[in-house]
Amino acid sequence: MVFIYGSLVLLAFVTLYPFWNALAISFNAGFDTAKGGVTFWPRVFSLENYKVVLQDQRLLDAFFVTAARTAVGTAGTTFFTAMFAYALSKRGLVGKKFYMIVCLITMYFSGGLIPSYLLIRELHLMNTFWVMVVPNLISVWNMIIFRTFFLQLPDGLEESAKIDGSNNFGIFFKIVLPVSGPVLATLALFTGVWHWNSWFDASIYITNQKLLPIQTLLSNIINSNLTADTAKFLKQTTVSMLDQQKAVTYKSLLMTTMVVSTIPILAVYPFVQKYFAKGVLVGSLKE
Amino acid sequence: MWKRFAQQWEFQVMAIPAIIFIIVFSYIPMWGFLMAFQNYDIFRGFANSSWVGMKHFDMFFGAPEFWQIMRNTIVISLLKLLIGFPAPIILALMLNEVRNRVFKRFVQTVSYIPHFISLVVATGLLISLLAVDHGNFNDLMLKWNLIEEPVNWLSTPSYFWTILVSLGVWKEIGFGAIVYLAAIAGVDPHLYEAAQIDGAGRFKQVFAITLPCIAPIIIIFLILSVSNILNIGFEEILLLTNRGANAVVKDVSEVIDTYVYRVGIQNQRYSYAVAVGVFKSVVSVMLLVIANAAARKFGKSSLW
Repeated sequence: MVFIYGSLVLLAFVTLYPFWNALAISFNAGFDTAKGGVTFWPRVFSLENYKVVLQDQRLLDAFFVTAARTAVGTAGTTFFTAMFAYALSKRGLVGKKFYMIVCLITMYFSGGLIPSYLLIRELHLMNTFWVMVVPNLISVWNMIIFRTFFLQLPDGLEESAKIDGSNNFGIFFKIVLPVSGPVLATLALFTGVWHWNSWFDASIYITNQKLLPIQTLLSNIINSNLTADTAKFLKQTTVSMLDQQKAVTYKSLLMTTMVVSTIPILAVYPFVQKYFAKGVLVGSLKE
Repeated sequence: MWKRFAQQWEFQVMAIPAIIFIIVFSYIPMWGFLMAFQNYDIFRGFANSSWVGMKHFDMFFGAPEFWQIMRNTIVISLLKLLIGFPAPIILALMLNEVRNRVFKRFVQTVSYIPHFISLVVATGLLISLLAVDHGNFNDLMLKWNLIEEPVNWLSTPSYFWTILVSLGVWKEIGFGAIVYLAAIAGVDPHLYEAAQIDGAGRFKQVFAITLPCIAPIIIIFLILSVSNILNIGFEEILLLTNRGANAVVKDVSEVIDTYVYRVGIQNQRYSYAVAVGVFKSVVSVMLLVIANAAARKFGKSSLW
């Protein structure tokens, strides 16, 4: 028993410590962080890191791109996928079996990195905002979860609307979507978290620095390692600040950016928590 | 049929664009495997590029780095399977023994935070903790006199696999445990009562009841992870090795996926990269078939 409790406490500590440490460093003056040894609490408290991060145009642009792709991508994917799933939940839909097979095969086979890359190129999506949104508009996985939910809806639900003279689009919008609240929220949250965290697609499809989402920009900064290289990722004013005040260094800035980029995820975490246990189970038990 | 189709045109309007979408973004790339047998030229396009048979496959099998890439892919895959697969099961079994509900909930909630954190931030935090220049980990090891001077952990080939596998466990252990916890919760409580009457201790109950009861779920997840075995943290490796540019650890970090990325995206040798990718797909399918056959033979559950 002691062993079990000990292991679990250790696990919780190892999980939380890196975040806690990043938070401490983000509130610590850069020159002091460079001396090492900052662990749980800031030693020389400073808000300079946040001032710099929240004023740096490059970083702000990147945050804006991420917010935009998350909003547009989540709304688009959830809507189109739900509508697709609704059609596939209808009894007697001509071609339903074929449609389902088309979907299921994609869960086991994919073209791989290079053919997808060349396709995006052929479609002239390179270096556009849409490359982060369009290829992900239909999620087969989410479609299956939506469809399972729609299949359970009572038939009577739609009958009343039909009598009122609504067509099937109207029924979908006015009746089906509103009663799908929890499923809609769960899948939208998942899609949103995925979009917020994505970095790889932008790293190969986007070269225009202004269009990079924050995660991709962050990965560039992390990978640039040397402080000298970092200069090119930051605006001139920021760089001169690095030299003069030393309240802000490469590391303190990086940690602060990571903290800021993680806050939205932690903000929705309680909701994710509440919904996802169910969502995950529905999905995995279907396997 | 056409009459029915006409009647349900609204539903067809909801379905057909999505199907076309899937065909464009998933099926067209699947045909891209044919490029492996071409000298694909972006200016001439797919239709006008010349056919070269197995040339790119021969080149890959004969490449000096072939055996190294295969070794890395296999070793990392096996390590991930041997350590990454049982870890969530052990966590679930441990959590199941905890009687204090608040503590259990706390550990569980904390344990799946990393799943939702971006990989970029996760690797960023790791790189910062392992930094040579006063990284917390080096400071701690120095303090405990376990090392003489700061070690550049991420640029030491012999530590790379350990770090990579640990990162994977750290990120996914809690999320992976959820399914097993649910399965454990579904075990008939009468079985435990009967075992207690027979005098089985808690430890024995785990092996005699809990594990056999959740075995079908474990086997299904095992088959799935075997079929996914070659998809081994491609993004983690890119992020930990500066997009494959860290030459010091390249001998241990280059796997099939990173190789495809490097020769395909960075060096634009498209046909060659596709050939390497096709080789990987063939091996994956073979592994899935073997794993499924093995599961059928030794147990009751299988995917098909």
